[in-house]
Amino acid sequence: MPFSTYLSKCPDCHEATEEELMVRLDDVLADYTQVPGALIPVLQITQAIFGYLPETALKKIALSLGKSYSEVAGVVGFYSFFTTVPRGKHLVRVCLGTACYVRGGKEVLAASKDLLRIEVGETSSDRMFSLDVGRCFGACGLAPVIMIDDDVHQRVRPAQLPKILDRYRDNSATDDNGNGESD
Amino acid sequence: MISLTINNNPVEVSEGTTILDAAKLCGMRIPTLCYVEGLKAVGACRVCVVEVKGARNLIASCSMPATEGMEVLTNTRRVREARRTVVELLLSEHNGECQTCERNEDCELQALAAELGIREISYVGEKTRRRIDTSTPALVRDLGKCIKCRRCVSVCLETQHVGALFPQNRGFETVIGPAFCHDLNTVACVQCGQCAAVCPVGAIIEKDQIEDVWKALDKPDNHVVVQTAPAIRAALGECFGYPPGTLVTGKMVAALRRLGFHAVFDTNFTADLTIIEESNELLMRLKAGLGAGDSGLGKTTSPSPESRTPNPEPRFSPLPMFTSCSPGWIKFLEYFHPDLIPNLSTCKSPQQMFGAVAKTYYASKLGKRPEQIVVVSIMPCTAKKSECQRPEMDASGTRDVDVVLTTRELGKMIHAAGIDFDALPDEEMDAPLGLSSGAADIFANTGGVMEAAIRTAYEVVTGRELPLKGLHVAPIAGLSGVKEASLKIEGVKPEWKFLEGVTLEVAVAHGLGNAEQVISSIKSGEKQYHFVEVMACPGGCIGGGGQPRYTNNKVRQARIEAIYREDEGKKFRKSHENPAVMQLYADFLTDGPLGHRSHELLHTSYTPRDKA
Repeated sequence: MPFSTYLSKCPDCHEATEEELMVRLDDVLADYTQVPGALIPVLQITQAIFGYLPETALKKIALSLGKSYSEVAGVVGFYSFFTTVPRGKHLVRVCLGTACYVRGGKEVLAASKDLLRIEVGETSSDRMFSLDVGRCFGACGLAPVIMIDDDVHQRVRPAQLPKILDRYRDNSATDDNGNGESD
Repeated sequence: MISLTINNNPVEVSEGTTILDAAKLCGMRIPTLCYVEGLKAVGACRVCVVEVKGARNLIASCSMPATEGMEVLTNTRRVREARRTVVELLLSEHNGECQTCERNEDCELQALAAELGIREISYVGEKTRRRIDTSTPALVRDLGKCIKCRRCVSVCLETQHVGALFPQNRGFETVIGPAFCHDLNTVACVQCGQCAAVCPVGAIIEKDQIEDVWKALDKPDNHVVVQTAPAIRAALGECFGYPPGTLVTGKMVAALRRLGFHAVFDTNFTADLTIIEESNELLMRLKAGLGAGDSGLGKTTSPSPESRTPNPEPRFSPLPMFTSCSPGWIKFLEYFHPDLIPNLSTCKSPQQMFGAVAKTYYASKLGKRPEQIVVVSIMPCTAKKSECQRPEMDASGTRDVDVVLTTRELGKMIHAAGIDFDALPDEEMDAPLGLSSGAADIFANTGGVMEAAIRTAYEVVTGRELPLKGLHVAPIAGLSGVKEASLKIEGVKPEWKFLEGVTLEVAVAHGLGNAEQVISSIKSGEKQYHFVEVMACPGGCIGGGGQPRYTNNKVRQARIEAIYREDEGKKFRKSHENPAVMQLYADFLTDGPLGHRSHELLHTSYTPRDKA
């Protein structure tokens, strides 16, 4: 199976149990065991499946790729894309690049924290949202910007946040491909 | 060949030679903190920078191959200042005080700072966070002292194929350590201590147990005996300024007596004992594997297989048989190839056989109980500290070996006692556990256990001495990573007729990466052997993780040659000629090799371990 197939959205992964996801990981590993340089792609796929990199999955990856667990952990720790903290269904990234920062990104971040009741790097207790900080998404003209999953929301004001987030809660925003979710 | 100049001196080198190695050829030493001979250069420390004419930036000489016409300058103002800056930056993060450091006066960073004439650190800033990891029996990690040179990473992954240590996180937050910066006991570490042997600073050291020995010696009721591994005598001198390869057996014995040990014994004694047991085990396995005749094992009593191994079925004593002297290798097999545990000889290592014999046979001779004897081992090895704590190592009813010191720790103890090593007379080991053959000496070298076993097994089977020059099995000696030999057995005694005309195939590997290679070739069916010797450390015990620093191949070779000299100078050259060992069988192990008492005291079992 091509790499992109694995990385594409895994629509029912969020509903599947960890055991079921582990079976999917086994299928991935079966394809990649003999492939040189497979560690990073396998980690990316694993994170797409689980939403994060659980310890049991990392140990399984180390065993099937013939790498030491310490080496696998070292690669996970090196790249900021990888996380070992369980991720929510949706990832909220608030841009704190220069343009967004001066146009109120900090206030948007503070409002996001309040609203979700989590700190940066954490996941809400209902596993719906994770919160992260971004350093420029290349949309400075639209500042301040937040990204939720693959959608860009422009000129966000703190007061708009509850409405934006609610759309993801009831799934309506993820079904169309629109990055026009902004107002 | 490639021609270049180094500091205007012309030099010719073969293709692929690095600038660092080319410089050595014309007498220029370029300092480095991360380079390890024989391993892929990582260029992590940046201390080895040189100027190359035409290049804009300074170049790391450890990882840059020499090219035709290259003009290299290793000692310019720019180079010296760059090196000084690099070392100052390292020192600014290095969280350690030289005076209280285990590596004081044995530290490459300290030595380099002195060499570069650094008198103050111009960079103030955050220090690396200190954390001490004492989670394993043999090794202590002090993260604050780590300079992230990655020598330990290379050795653990490339040389040993273990991979317990790897850089975690990034930038200033980088920690060289086990997965997710947890303690060392959370990952598969075999405790071989090769990381501690190459660490330029005090970030990984053996667990210091010198004080435990002083305490044991202070207690008046204790009878404290010491055993010294074969590899110590060829390396201890280095702690006192002697060149590598100086044999200091006699002075070592004299020093140990002056430290107050009540008896100075030799692990060599139980190395001879190991050979008697292990060569009989090999013959037993050969008999099972090659179609048994109906004879027993020569003149010795042959017990049923049930009493011999924890696994009663003969098919669980398969070939090839692997040696079991090296505790790092044992752990490696338990972690990474538990399916091959039945192939491991059930013989304990000489260190553990010694403990069991000292606390039973020797104790009874003195009229003492096992608990009244304290057994201290001097080992070239860190894994031995771990081995003696294995729960099953209490055949005498108490811990068979109480404390293990490395060669380096013994050197420190002698220094601390104020003993002038140079002025010591040569003294002899005590009887009876101090007597040994040359076959025991060579346990220190890669290929030595195999050679010692062949010397005895050949004679048991044929009644004749091994017909090789100097009793040496030349193809398995030396520093090649994997060595093989074939030995045709002819003219056997009638009871060994199933071995007539058989060609014994043996292999020897040192360094666990080489062991891995041998295991793969066995598992794939590409190779078939009867007997395989594995030592965890490169060069065998003479290159152990507890030996004086710094061990490279030149040092290994010098120690190996010294050990062969020791062997050749011995009155007895074969383990079965050791009269004290024969006496032990006559008086104590009366049901012979592999007999019931041997089984209880001298043999052991192994535990499959989960590597992740």
